[in-house]
Amino acid sequence: MWDYTDKVVDHFLHPRNVGEVENPDGIGEEGSLACGDALKLTFKLDENKRIKDAKFQTFGCASAIASSSALTEIVKGMTLEEAQKVTNDDIARYLGGLPKEKMHCSVMGRDALEKAIAYYRGEAEKEIEGEIVCECFGVTDVEIERAVRESNLTTVEDVTDYTKAGGGCESCHDKIQEIIDEVYGKPHVVRLKPAGLTNIQKIKLIEQTLEREIKPSLQKDGGDIELIDVDGNTVIVKLQGTCATCVASQVTLKHYVEAKLRELVTPELVVQEIQS
Amino acid sequence: MKVIYTDNNATTQVAPEVLDEMLPYFHDLYGNPSSMHSFGGQVARKLKEARQKVASLIGATPDEILFTGCGTESDSTAIQAAIVSHPDKRHIITTRVEHPAVKNLCEYLEKNGYRVTFLPVDRQGRLNPEDLYKSLSKDTAIVSIMWANNETGVIFPIEEIAQIVTQSGVVFHTDAVQAVGKIPIDVQKIAVDMLSLSGHKIHAPKGIGALYVRKGTKFTPFLIGGHQEKGRRGGTENVASIIGLGKACELAGEHIKEENKPVRYLRDKLENEILKRVPNAMVNGDREHRLPNTTSISFEYVEGEAILLMMNEFGICASSGSACTSGSLEPSHVLRAMGVPFTAAHGSIRFSLSIYNTEEEIDFIIEELPPIIERLRELSPYWDQSKTAAIDPVQG
Ligand code: FES
Repeated sequence: MWDYTDKVVDHFLHPRNVGEVENPDGIGEEGSLACGDALKLTFKLDENKRIKDAKFQTFGCASAIASSSALTEIVKGMTLEEAQKVTNDDIARYLGGLPKEKMHCSVMGRDALEKAIAYYRGEAEKEIEGEIVCECFGVTDVEIERAVRESNLTTVEDVTDYTKAGGGCESCHDKIQEIIDEVYGKPHVVRLKPAGLTNIQKIKLIEQTLEREIKPSLQKDGGDIELIDVDGNTVIVKLQGTCATCVASQVTLKHYVEAKLRELVTPELVVQEIQS
Repeated sequence: MKVIYTDNNATTQVAPEVLDEMLPYFHDLYGNPSSMHSFGGQVARKLKEARQKVASLIGATPDEILFTGCGTESDSTAIQAAIVSHPDKRHIITTRVEHPAVKNLCEYLEKNGYRVTFLPVDRQGRLNPEDLYKSLSKDTAIVSIMWANNETGVIFPIEEIAQIVTQSGVVFHTDAVQAVGKIPIDVQKIAVDMLSLSGHKIHAPKGIGALYVRKGTKFTPFLIGGHQEKGRRGGTENVASIIGLGKACELAGEHIKEENKPVRYLRDKLENEILKRVPNAMVNGDREHRLPNTTSISFEYVEGEAILLMMNEFGICASSGSACTSGSLEPSHVLRAMGVPFTAAHGSIRFSLSIYNTEEEIDFIIEELPPIIERLRELSPYWDQSKTAAIDPVQG
């Protein structure tokens, strides 16, 4: 069972503002029966152009219903400029949080609100922006990029939780990863082929890996490691500090040092220890 | 609040008789059945008795039964044993509606060089044996088809299927986890080579299962270790649970026929009354060839998790094939394979009863459920529309 906050349960069992506002100024619909959740939001403005009344109808799970209910409570009394700034995180926060896997319910709320405001302003229904990346849920690259930026998403799984993209056949996972990488400006990891390494490059890479990856974690436990020589694919090292006297030093050497070097330099490497 | 438990295909309560039988093996009689002393020997004797009881429930001999940790382990053992024992064969046949224990393993094997045929089912969840016949090839290592479906309760024609498979010389395994103890099963009469069962679906505890392996079936152990289970599954036996499983099988064997009458009566009453009282509700799956305790009902235009949570407020426990309950985004693969429209698949609820359910409980559900559906439909944007303009059922 999901770990819902009391507030989610309360808004689910006692949803506020259910229904449709009469003669609405704004109407926004988001989601579909096929996707398993859908929301219709309507609102009416008062003479000061503040949202006087907002109502919802939702087909979906407890968190979709609670998110919709929360949304209507949040926007009541706001000007459209204020309402426009409401984010999905505001909705989730209002409810004391949502399970990560259910964040897309709050995103649905925000999207319906945007549509309702656009309707009021007479803005034509937006053409689908960008290209569909996830066929299963009809999610575009623009939507994914926006979710990644706004909610600081870092993994494909995060993107699925927030947008549903990637939650079906999974064939779009690579493309989603590319979008994430682009947002954070990460170059795509191009692995060096072992055959592509000259001796000098190999030694340099071994040195770098020892310095950056291996030493710091050994030093944390009071140990250290020194590179003595590289002979072909044999890396000769000397353990120092607590590592030198540790009974599990062979395990450290094989399962940590050697494994790391093999992963980051070339899989042929063998690590040998010389004792002082 | 009283709990009304109608989720017995997920797990069952341990029968009091089963628990009584198990308890001494936690304190007084804690010997290791493999030990040479008589303190362990008396435990070994009790294990033998349990093996006999499990075997007789399905018409097997005791040495054809090996105890496992659960239904999933039984399924995995059967399938992996078959492919390891036939290293030259790279093809597996199963169905689209299997339990994840079989489905996910087959998908994993597919990614690792095996060819897997996932047989389709029709709108009623039925399998066409003709399709199976056409898929068999010289390269087929094993056919694994469930006896009864955990979500809809639909029973496959295992006798016919087993005949087709074994006549072609291919190993046939059936995941009978939901069928054992609910309908009579006799492996003397039906040509299955391997059959999985699980304790916690028949009032034994969780964490114990068994695999029937017909004498003469090529077998490679999955858990290699000590000589337990005649070397077919290493590891010290889960003694108390095995004894519990034995007792549960004994009870099931004694009562299978008479017990199913009241369970079926309650299930039918629940189903019929719900259909009568709630518009746009439908039963998923073949209503004739079905386990006596299971019904899967879809309520259009509402979502399953929401129904479950509202029922939970009344202490009613059931389960749903809706996407949201599992953390996945797609509704049940079983309902989708049957072509149940999205409109209904998202709003499906499974009730699975046991002998411990009472008519009073069923009456309570019949009273409480319709207003829940009504409340959720009032919230749903599609319900209004469905009354004015017909919404096309959304097919996937
Ligand atoms: S295309 Fe994205 S999950 Fe299928």
